Amino acid sequence: MPTIRIPTPLRKLTNNEEVVTSTGTTIGAVLEELNTTYPGLGERILDEQGAIRRFVNIFVNDEDVRFLQEKETPLKESDEVSIVPAIAGG
Amino acid sequence: MSKKTYFSNLKCRECGRLYEKEAIHICEFDFGPLEAAYEYEAIREVLTRELIESRPQTMWRYRELLPIDGEPTVGTQVGFTPLVKADRLAKALGIRELWIKNDTVNYPTLSFKDRVVSVALSRAKELGFEVVACASTGNLANSVAANAANAGLKSYVLIPSNLEQGKVLGSLVYGTNVIGIKGPYDQVNRLCSEIAGKYGWGFVNVNLRPYYAEGSKTMGFEIAEQLGWRLPRHTVACMASGSLLTKIHKAYKEFINLGLVEKSEFTIHGAQASGCSPISAAFKRGTDMVKPVQDPQTIVKSLAIGTPADGYYAIHSMRETGGSAEDCTDDEVVEGIKLLAETTGIFAETAGGVTVACTRKLIETGKIPRDESAVLCITGHGLKTQEAIIGKVGEPRVIGASLREFEALVADEVTLKS
Repeated sequence: MPTIRIPTPLRKLTNNEEVVTSTGTTIGAVLEELNTTYPGLGERILDEQGAIRRFVNIFVNDEDVRFLQEKETPLKESDEVSIVPAIAGG
Repeated sequence: MSKKTYFSNLKCRECGRLYEKEAIHICEFDFGPLEAAYEYEAIREVLTRELIESRPQTMWRYRELLPIDGEPTVGTQVGFTPLVKADRLAKALGIRELWIKNDTVNYPTLSFKDRVVSVALSRAKELGFEVVACASTGNLANSVAANAANAGLKSYVLIPSNLEQGKVLGSLVYGTNVIGIKGPYDQVNRLCSEIAGKYGWGFVNVNLRPYYAEGSKTMGFEIAEQLGWRLPRHTVACMASGSLLTKIHKAYKEFINLGLVEKSEFTIHGAQASGCSPISAAFKRGTDMVKPVQDPQTIVKSLAIGTPADGYYAIHSMRETGGSAEDCTDDEVVEGIKLLAETTGIFAETAGGVTVACTRKLIETGKIPRDESAVLCITGHGLKTQEAIIGKVGEPRVIGASLREFEALVADEVTLKS
């Protein structure tokens, strides 16, 4: 199953779990499943229209899903998904 | 200086939720960036032009508008860099009046990053951190390393492994821990956001970001004060994450709201290198959806941030003030560096070349009218990015130590005083 890395600010919702798994086969399905398992998680990541929030970056392995198929991005068993808040430059 | 702090909370820029003044940087609810909030009414009671002018010439003369609780303890000498009237550059670019805000001589590491690090590390000490760190394209690493060394803090700086030698040496010399990451800045950034959560370090541009970012306002405050307590008609700033531009905008608005300058029309423009111009590209497309640049290709490494965290807000600052975004090629960057040096005596790094080259375009396209005045924010010193111009500014002509050889060399270019 794909593994999902949860960023620090969201771990309060995942009982401090840093890495969780999901049976979802797309990013959208994973987010939906996470929201069922950990109520409240979905709305932190998706806005009212269901789009990935402006300040959230989601990576599949090392690829930003904005370069893939956004929420439709397909996932393989071995994929690692990271949810990373945007941060400032340097 | 007044003892009381006017810094009240951290506040989400998206939803306005308030947070305690801790080492946190994003809203738990929507990931929006947290920003420092102040008691402006109380500041208005105490902060006057006269009070500011009575203080030492550093960025800390605007102490009430910076997010720390006590007195600054790191970087107390930073800022108040020269604002230089650049008549010869104005003539070359065909505009009535130009000024250079010269942060190439900021103390101690010759870039505007000393401003942000001064605030971030002063706050890091207040919050009890013993290890500080950053993700950096070079200038921030230099400043964290130097200021941490002076403050006795342990530091780690993480940079892309392909940075200019000057920027790498300019960190190593301070005895910091330099870690080069194989990959572009955005991957360094991403790694740092994971490390920050795990190790409990004070990452100046991750968990200390709300404090760090406010330091950039002082560039705007100084410009207004040095112009004789008025706002410049046009301001041009380079954009990496877009943070500096948004903070200059905030600085101008704060000075207006506090009555320190009269309300007047002002316009802020942003400059990027074409090889990594996600903000400029989005602005030109007429949207605020910034599409990340995956593989930045430019000599302007300090601006090579493909996923600019403040891009959205930078676009709104430019639109709100009637400004524009521009971008320029690497060749234009080199021309910009040379033009600035030859007309003002200021040697800027590649980002400064971007600002000059884009200003030229803004003037030529009428975005900055020729009969108006502009301030260019020049953010870092050229000695740090020598690779960009080696072989492009000529070579010394080498001769023996003989008057005959010298005279032969200059015969066609000078005449003897009779």
